[in-house]
Amino acid sequence: MGLVAASIAFWLAAWWANARIAGSAFARTPAGRLAVPAIFGITVLVVWEGLVRGLGVPGVILPPPSAIAQRLAASTGVLWGDFVQTFVKGTLSGYAIGCGAAFLTAIAVDRSPFLTRGLLPVGSFVAALPIVGIAPIMVMWFGFDWQSKAAVVVAMVFFPMLVNTVAGLRAAEPMQRDLMRTWGASYWQTLLRLRLPAAMPFVFNGLKISTTLALIGAIVAEFFGSPIRGMGFRISTEVGRLGLDMVWATIVVAALAGSAFYGLVAWIEGRVTFWHPSQRK
Amino acid sequence: MRSFLPVLTVVSAIVAIWYGACVWLNAAWTRDQAARAGEEAGFAEILAGSFSQERPVLPAPHQVAAELWDATVAEELFGRRGIVRTGTLSNRSLVYHAWVTLSATLLGFAFGAGLGILLAVGIVHNRAMDMSVMPWAIASQTIPILAIAPMIIVVLNSVGLSGLIPKAIISAYLSFFPVVVGMVKGLRSPDAIQLDLLRTYNAGRGATFWKLRLPASMPFLFASLKVGAAASLVGAIVGELPTGAVAGLGARLLTGSYYGQTVQIWAALFAAAIVAAGLVGLIGWVERRTLARMGMAR
Repeated sequence: MGLVAASIAFWLAAWWANARIAGSAFARTPAGRLAVPAIFGITVLVVWEGLVRGLGVPGVILPPPSAIAQRLAASTGVLWGDFVQTFVKGTLSGYAIGCGAAFLTAIAVDRSPFLTRGLLPVGSFVAALPIVGIAPIMVMWFGFDWQSKAAVVVAMVFFPMLVNTVAGLRAAEPMQRDLMRTWGASYWQTLLRLRLPAAMPFVFNGLKISTTLALIGAIVAEFFGSPIRGMGFRISTEVGRLGLDMVWATIVVAALAGSAFYGLVAWIEGRVTFWHPSQRK
Repeated sequence: MRSFLPVLTVVSAIVAIWYGACVWLNAAWTRDQAARAGEEAGFAEILAGSFSQERPVLPAPHQVAAELWDATVAEELFGRRGIVRTGTLSNRSLVYHAWVTLSATLLGFAFGAGLGILLAVGIVHNRAMDMSVMPWAIASQTIPILAIAPMIIVVLNSVGLSGLIPKAIISAYLSFFPVVVGMVKGLRSPDAIQLDLLRTYNAGRGATFWKLRLPASMPFLFASLKVGAAASLVGAIVGELPTGAVAGLGARLLTGSYYGQTVQIWAALFAAAIVAAGLVGLIGWVERRTLARMGMAR
């Protein structure tokens, strides 16, 4: 009972500290903006640990964070193998193929306003569908290894990316296009100098949405069949063996990989679209 | 209606590509059959064989449409276990499986959207909550949450919860974050000048919320509800995978993939697409009605 009371006390103290920081001038400094969510995150971990240990929740239902950290440290080799299989082979190759294909398709389609008008509603409709469902079909077609995962990822990222790029290519204003025309710029010059740069905020929006979709697609596709490594395989087999600490360790790796991937794309976005109002500090 | 013809063109192009891919992918089987019989398969045989296999690599659109019809209308009206003969939905029909999935989706979506709106209200009105919860809510978007779905199912099963609730929890979890992020944006969308006006009227926080912030957030709410509905359907389908294929569209996908019934997989996939389109369309309809009533229609 003591641990439960202690964790609740810690929670109240952290809440009080956060409220104080948020109300003070410190909150406006970069350090303050980092401190408040950090305190909140640590509080969640402490309360989780305290409640699980204090209430004696069995490890097969919810392992405490310390056990997850131990498992993570003890099985780095296995987790690294899973990471390479799912993320480097499946996700990244599928992401590159899918986004690249969608980008080129968008540029090709954009030359015909008729096709654009037809493709935008269809594309945004398909983007809302549960495309994850094609995972079993892709596993049937491309086998158990990473190729089928990459195929699922391609199908998942294609339409969100296509819709965003097509919308982005329309972002340049008629006034700006007219200016290019008065300078006698050709189609390709207009595309490269004006329309593609103007489309970049939309393109990166599509790229950022696709990072999450890609990882989800690769992991869920592994539930339908995989060689004996991969994050989705690890999660489904360890759930079956009730090795919940290993499952959580895999989720930590997936979360870190997903956040790092997203962060990388967002960082590149900041570099490329530095001129856009949303990037102003 | 201006975009009707272009959309029709794109859809028929997709169907044409599909038929082409059918021939390309299924031809090997027909050639094998002919080679075993000691004959050479002509183009006409390959074409006919590609569109009428029992377990094709890629079923043709009309096969999927026929399976959809058989597994919904025909099964319920004329089937031995259909609703006409027995008074209950047949457990072989996609209507039954779609309903199992849809009920979990709707329950989870209602929970998730409600909680999301409440949390957004809290975040907008409390600075400490904004600073501590919001970065994590955004960061959680980058985490493949769907990956923990099987674990939640199995854990809740071991606690004794099974059936609808675990799937609904996953649906709620997935639909929760889009609603939070969208609603926070929406509740903050009134301009400073509008907030200032309400301050000159001496309006309290409550009045500002009900009369300015909430109405201003409606377009954002509906946009995020659409995303959330689609996400919660995906959650319900994935939630059905680890329960051992009992009922639901996810279970149909899983049994189809175990037994190589590609037509069944594609039919379940299209049933899921129809359910998703129906949900998003319904929200879009409510959105148009509401925004028109509020004078915000574009």
